[in-house]
Amino acid sequence: MPKDGGIGASTVRREDIRFLTGKGRYTADINLRGQAYACFLRSEVAHGRINRIDTAEARAMPGVLAVMTGADFAAMGGNPAGWHIPSRNGEAMKEPKRPVLAHGKVRHVGDAYAVVVAETLEQARDAAGAVVADITELPAVVDMAQAVANPDLRVHDEIANNVCFDWGWIEDNRAAVDAAFKTAPHVTTLELVNNRLVPNAMEPRASIGDYDPGTGDYKLYTTSQNPHLSRLLISAFVMGIPENKLTVIAPDVGGGFGSKIYHYGEEAAVLAASRALNRPVKWVADRSESFLSDAHGRDHVTRIELATDLEGNFLALRTETLANVGAYLSNFATATPTFLHGTLMAGPYRTPLVYVNVKAVFTNTAPVDAYRGAGRPEATFSIERVVDKMCRELKLDPVAVRRKNLIQPDQYPYTTPVGLVYDTGNYPATLDKLIEIADFSGFEARRAESARRGKLRGLGLSTWIEACGIAPSNLVGVLGARVGLYDAATVRVNATGNISVMTGAHSHGQGHETVFAQIVSDKLGIPASSIDIVHGDTSKIPFGMGSYGSRSLAVGGSAMVKAVDKIIAKGKKIAAHMLEAAEGDIVFEDGKFSVTGTDKSKTFGEIAFSAYVPHNYPLESLEPGLEETAFYDPANFTYPAGAYACEVEVDAETGRVEVVGFACADDFGNVMNPMIVNGQVHGGVAQGIGQALLEAAAYDDNGQLLTGSYMDYAMPRADDLPMFTVDHSCNTPCTHNPLGVKGCGEAGAIGSPPAVVNAVIDALHRGGHTHVTHIDMPLTPSRVWSAIQN
Amino acid sequence: MHNFDFVKPSSVADAVRALSAEGAQALSGGQTLLPTMKQRLAAPAVLVSLTGIADTKGVSLSGGALSVGGATTHAVVAQEARKHYPALADLAGGIGDPAVRSRGTIGGSLANNDPSACYPAAVLASGATVITDRRRIAADDFFQGMFATALHDGEIITGVLFPIPEKAAYVKFNQPASRFALTGVFVAKYGSGVRVAVTGASANGVFRWTEAERALSASFTPAAIAGLSLPSEGMIADLHGSAAYRANLARVLTGRGVASAH
Ligand SMILES: Cc1cc2nc3c(=O)[nH]c(=O)nc-3n(C[C@H](O)[C@H](O)[C@H](O)COP(=O)(O)OP(=O)(O)OC[C@H]3O[C@@H](n4cnc5c(N)ncnc54)[C@H](O)[C@@H]3O)c2cc1C
Repeated sequence: MPKDGGIGASTVRREDIRFLTGKGRYTADINLRGQAYACFLRSEVAHGRINRIDTAEARAMPGVLAVMTGADFAAMGGNPAGWHIPSRNGEAMKEPKRPVLAHGKVRHVGDAYAVVVAETLEQARDAAGAVVADITELPAVVDMAQAVANPDLRVHDEIANNVCFDWGWIEDNRAAVDAAFKTAPHVTTLELVNNRLVPNAMEPRASIGDYDPGTGDYKLYTTSQNPHLSRLLISAFVMGIPENKLTVIAPDVGGGFGSKIYHYGEEAAVLAASRALNRPVKWVADRSESFLSDAHGRDHVTRIELATDLEGNFLALRTETLANVGAYLSNFATATPTFLHGTLMAGPYRTPLVYVNVKAVFTNTAPVDAYRGAGRPEATFSIERVVDKMCRELKLDPVAVRRKNLIQPDQYPYTTPVGLVYDTGNYPATLDKLIEIADFSGFEARRAESARRGKLRGLGLSTWIEACGIAPSNLVGVLGARVGLYDAATVRVNATGNISVMTGAHSHGQGHETVFAQIVSDKLGIPASSIDIVHGDTSKIPFGMGSYGSRSLAVGGSAMVKAVDKIIAKGKKIAAHMLEAAEGDIVFEDGKFSVTGTDKSKTFGEIAFSAYVPHNYPLESLEPGLEETAFYDPANFTYPAGAYACEVEVDAETGRVEVVGFACADDFGNVMNPMIVNGQVHGGVAQGIGQALLEAAAYDDNGQLLTGSYMDYAMPRADDLPMFTVDHSCNTPCTHNPLGVKGCGEAGAIGSPPAVVNAVIDALHRGGHTHVTHIDMPLTPSRVWSAIQN
Repeated sequence: MHNFDFVKPSSVADAVRALSAEGAQALSGGQTLLPTMKQRLAAPAVLVSLTGIADTKGVSLSGGALSVGGATTHAVVAQEARKHYPALADLAGGIGDPAVRSRGTIGGSLANNDPSACYPAAVLASGATVITDRRRIAADDFFQGMFATALHDGEIITGVLFPIPEKAAYVKFNQPASRFALTGVFVAKYGSGVRVAVTGASANGVFRWTEAERALSASFTPAAIAGLSLPSEGMIADLHGSAAYRANLARVLTGRGVASAH
């Protein structure tokens, strides 16, 4: 049994008390003295030439303090792409400048081209209505196939065919893969769409710029998942403010799912406006702005082929993908479809030969970037759908085929043909566990019962793996990353023995304040209630890279453990002095430093006190104080993996799909707080079911967003979801981080979409609709019904 | 939202007078009008609240019919119509969510005549009478296409009179995002015959499926309409469903309505 409140306990989330009682402090809750309000003007056309923006009338409106346009920011740097992805032919990727406000051209509906600042929000909105923008609408390019094929349609005038890069992974393997396809006994081909999603964090983006004319310091309160990264981008790349003159504070943040990793132009605009006006400037997006301007997710069109023998042994896999990056490169837009997608195309399988081709394509749509899972859901979906299709074509059992192709437990470390080294895992174990917890053997009886009610029941399966805990900096550097991906933590023991932990990870709903305190409590034997977790403020925390890619615990948590180890090491030195023993004889256990083999000991509190009141202290050899910082750069990615099963009922007359069962058997390595892990899986699966059945960001041919509100964009709700069965007992601890953890934040969203779609196809086949081999997500009632009809 | 004046009269006559002012607009539950104003798509100068008029609220029996006041909320109908007209109570109880049902009203819903709204199906299938401050309008004359009704400027719906059927059912198929009716069918069986009204499907708003009515008047069984179909022409086609899909839904839901009528 875990110690109460320590590692492994399902400690209740401490932050929920403030969230649930309305005491959270989000950016919109912060009001600074004298603050003014910003309202952005956004393009109503998908593509247009800005001829003139007449702001005279707006400037004369009551309360208006400033009107700024793209021209005011033209001299500033562009918001950069974080990864450089060269093309197969060695050419550099195309990196058009992404300005703070659109200048010269607007390139998607929602592209901000001006900002009005006024005394009140209503005045800013009124004045925004008085800005006259003379914009000549140009033909929009929305469809990726058209963008690539039609040289006359250009999102950026200088980029022919709208291709950012044409990436091959691994290019040297291409010939061997093609050769294997030529001789393979069976080839299964599938064309599929990974639907574009709007992240829909509960809290819309918001920013307050606060320039202090006395000191020349800038402060930015903003909805960020990684305040130091935002500070680096804003200071070094966009605005040219010295990094030390800018503080970025991401207070409570209400969800991000990736969309708040990136730096957005609004942040620079409020800082510049604050500087110009010498007063704070606040902007809070409304929901419509979020739909139009948050970085969207997914949006791949893929052709995947799987070569097998007639027994279903995988021989080779190859894919061609068009990945939409939208109108501009968001910070990680180029990494998501490549190194977070192509490198995962082996999945948990022993496929000996894999080749991936990805073309990133500019279109007149909102930028697309990482969204929960980021590339890995796309990879998993493609693989698991084509495997299912192959099983059907060859009339093979989908469980048996998967089982025999899985990497076996004695094969680690396992080098995949797409450049990763899986350190550990046990995929057959999670598959077996899944079959047990999802009660595969009872399926036939459940199906018969559904049939009596006129419903078609189906069972779908998927296995998944991801590379997360990003990442070894030297490795990602080779792969094109322009930043390091370590993390950092400072553990400050106060004189009275309680502790402040400053972490570079950022919690925007995950529960770090609870889990990180559990870990420190466990390691130091201090009650968790005496430990505070501080995050989100660059003036308080060490330079960490924030939270995304299921990295908080694996990377940020590891940095914290390293810092705790340094505290213990120093504590031993102090204890040795106080107890007049050799340092090597001091052991630390249960919050006490003792001399081995004696009953002499000092409590952690006594040691802490002595560090700050060093009357009896080895001052000649040891600095006073008890505070340690550690940076941690992982040796490898972590590789959580698992197997998911979904059961659906389909109403063939209406095409409506109901998810009636969902089971997850996951290997997350060591689990620090099972309740929180379950919650992460539940949330991820909900989003995955949302992608599979409900959600789609749809643009019309003119680039107008058809799903710009909740009237048309369908979010999953509680009654769309079944009770989930979640198991993480089959764990193989990560071999290279001190906690043995792998990360669980994205799993649910990665593994679930193919399980849902496989289940629907299974239901239709069992119901006699055997002509249906695939339906593109989301599987709306209308689409399912149409597939049955055709 | 732009600024506006707000009045809350306590009689229909005062409300009608207030509505004659320049830029005045009726406000009932505000579940349609307020979101529109927040998005600055509507900017009435004066909002005339209809929720302070006692005699336009509530559900009562009047002759053989059920009388529902124009300012009666969906939540109240869901509760109080249950005994007399359960299918109508079902419909009201299935609109939106508890917050919407606690504010939104039948008068507001009918005046708005959203092509995907639920109430128009009940009113049309029941052959109800819409009562206004100045006249009585038969359901067959009231609905005049998407968002269009027989109401004149400043005319107020004060109530609706529903003849009570022997059996009825409302079957709603949710649009997945808004959960309005992607298509909804109200089937009502009277001594004089069966009426079938379809909402959500047609580009002209709620309509009667007379062919099904004839078949069901002869035999009130799902089998009676099994061979019928609705043409796709004129049906709404959008992200959530093709025209053919909506035509199919109307047929399927009608059958289900007949089977579940109570
Ligand atoms: C989240 C959500 C979900 C919803 N789901 C559904 C659903 O599933 N099915 C459904 O049918 N509806 C649904 N609605 C709409 C809801 O039923 C509204 O209540 C209704 O459409 C409008 O009624 P109201 O009383 O709120 O009218 P208001 O918004 O106050 O007014 C609407 C319009 O009618 C006019 N008006 C109001 N009352 C009168 C009157 N007595 N006489 C003349 N004109 C009048 C107003 O001037 C205005 O133009 C939903 C709404 C929301 C916000």
